[in-house]
Amino acid sequence: MKCLVTGGNVKVLGKAVHSLSRIGDELYLEPLEDGLSLRTVNSSRSAYACFLFAPLFFQQYQAATPGQDPLRCKILMKSFLSVFRSLAMLEKTVEKCCISLNGRSSRLVVQLHCKYGVRKTHNLSFQDCESLQAVFDPALCPHVLRAPARVLGEAVLPFPPALAEVTLGIGRGRRVILRSYQEEEADSTVKAMVTEMSIGEEDFQQLQAQEGVAITFCLKEFRVRPPVHTHHPVHSPPCRAQGLTALPLPSQGLLSFAESANLSLSIYFDAPGRPAIFAIEDSLLEGHFVLATLLEPDLHAQDLHSPQLQRPAPPLQAHSTPHLDDFAFDDIDSYMIAMETSVGSEGSRALPSISLSPGLQPHCSPGPCSEEEDDAEPSTVPGTPPPKKFRSLFFGSILAPAHSPQGPSPVLAEDSEGEG
Amino acid sequence: MKFRAKIVDAACLNHFTRVSTMIAKLAKTCTLRISPDKLNFVLSDKVASGGVSMWCELEQANFFSEFQMEGVSAENNEIYLELTSENLSRALKTAQNARALKVKLTNKHFPCLTVSIELLSVSSSSRVVTHDIPVKVIPRRLWRDLQEPTVPAADVSIYLPVLKTMKSVVEKMKNISNHLIIEANLNGELNLRIETELVSVTTHFKDLGNPPPASGHASQDHDPERMTEVHVDVRKLLQFLAGQQGNPAKATCNIVSNKMVHFDLLHEDVSLQYFIPALS
Repeated sequence: MKCLVTGGNVKVLGKAVHSLSRIGDELYLEPLEDGLSLRTVNSSRSAYACFLFAPLFFQQYQAATPGQDPLRCKILMKSFLSVFRSLAMLEKTVEKCCISLNGRSSRLVVQLHCKYGVRKTHNLSFQDCESLQAVFDPALCPHVLRAPARVLGEAVLPFPPALAEVTLGIGRGRRVILRSYQEEEADSTVKAMVTEMSIGEEDFQQLQAQEGVAITFCLKEFRVRPPVHTHHPVHSPPCRAQGLTALPLPSQGLLSFAESANLSLSIYFDAPGRPAIFAIEDSLLEGHFVLATLLEPDLHAQDLHSPQLQRPAPPLQAHSTPHLDDFAFDDIDSYMIAMETSVGSEGSRALPSISLSPGLQPHCSPGPCSEEEDDAEPSTVPGTPPPKKFRSLFFGSILAPAHSPQGPSPVLAEDSEGEG
Repeated sequence: MKFRAKIVDAACLNHFTRVSTMIAKLAKTCTLRISPDKLNFVLSDKVASGGVSMWCELEQANFFSEFQMEGVSAENNEIYLELTSENLSRALKTAQNARALKVKLTNKHFPCLTVSIELLSVSSSSRVVTHDIPVKVIPRRLWRDLQEPTVPAADVSIYLPVLKTMKSVVEKMKNISNHLIIEANLNGELNLRIETELVSVTTHFKDLGNPPPASGHASQDHDPERMTEVHVDVRKLLQFLAGQQGNPAKATCNIVSNKMVHFDLLHEDVSLQYFIPALS
């Protein structure tokens, strides 16, 4: 794999890496025919993020040496991030960035060609890995919100940086409501402030959800990481008083990536407990962040406090994709998103649902990789062709190779055992 | 018990936000006392606060365009609420560029001070942020602990130097010692001093001026050069200094020898009194 990024796109790439670093500690880099994919998942598997940079994003893009299979690799987020650490430096001094991966050297080489002929070469060691792919499909989500990222950025601004989760829902008069989520335990003594933001429908480009639907997700992975203040600094700069807008941005979430690129952000969601998909897309790149949402019981409790948010609709039982039901929750707190690692076997290629191919081994050599590898990016914008089917498998699905495609997977049932 | 108030003027809103920021820096939790004419932020002398107490007072008419309140009864027309000051300041910080701000006492499963902010947005659409700040309504029998503290007769009163300067001095001293000695005389001199086994550091301020004695008897027999001192916890002094934004119109320091130091500040139309007990 070899690719060359030039000009302002270096900074865009850098920003994407920054926002991925909000999520996971390892970066999965996978050259595909339709672009370079960067993916990560957090340690609790409750959040997954991927960017796909189209070949046009690059000055030069070659997924694989002709005649060879494309390599994919896994590297430490820290080491990749360190290459792009200073966005200001990228903007000011870097003219082009060349990323190459070849099997012989066992190194991912990132070269920054800077002004005055300075060339910085980073040789990053990597691990071979399977393809990382979360099972999600925006087209299957019944509810869609789309707004300029700026609107959503302003919407989350009033929420304290330390706040973990927010509930997003549609309130009376089809107003979009964001509310700080409080765990039920937070009852007697220490009550937290509840903040609620209510935005009119007219600020949204698309609002396809009925009144009363709501999901709760982790805000931190979505927004800008706040600077960490371990104690109240005595010499805090005067701008602290000026509000949250003055905060520096050491690391950025998808939201600020979208804001800086002036893109619209779409939120696809379903019933509580099902993953919510945050997507951005333009002609050169697309990004998807998949965040777990809290299951309904919690949400229901939360609902008691909220006259504005009506009780959410019951989960859609008659959903057309029963196989997707299986990955939506974890054993403990329904936080997990099912992940899969695919090794590109043709056995899974035709799968509309999760039929399991008996012969599949987790570490078998990569099958013939082709443009099918792009399964990361089901197209999401209305009017574009329907998304491709998932062709990958869940973790552990090989442990139960024999059951029928339609039946519930015993492995997955084990995962969700704790659910009431 | 009812309380409802509204701010529409941007300058008033900013000013009120600044007050709340200052309070949040001075006290983790405080009592908000609401009376028909005044608002007070009170930190009473409690063990939890390490003996520090605070009394901040502002005239409601200078801030609010509407102000309605109904206390416990006609003769006790006051409301006392305990709240986390950080919550209030954070809520108000989101009110920049707000069209209007309303504060209400509500009961949403628990008593709340609800701050509701109507934001201006680019597309004339309406955006509303509401913050429900949990409060504890303080019962009548505990009110007497929350009255304006009486200022004890000071041995020396002196005007304070620029607070920022004082803060940077105290900040450095904090690195060396936990105890700081404030001493002043009637000749306009104020010293900040620390003493350890290895080092003694004193910063001298001169020509600060002394306010005229209130009743004019106790301090007359005083030698103007003689220093009156008080030992305080340097962190408490620093917390007070760090909470100050800008320089107040008037800042006085009253020292009661080896008992306490009392700071009396006037910021525009907000007055702040802050008491730090002496270390024994």
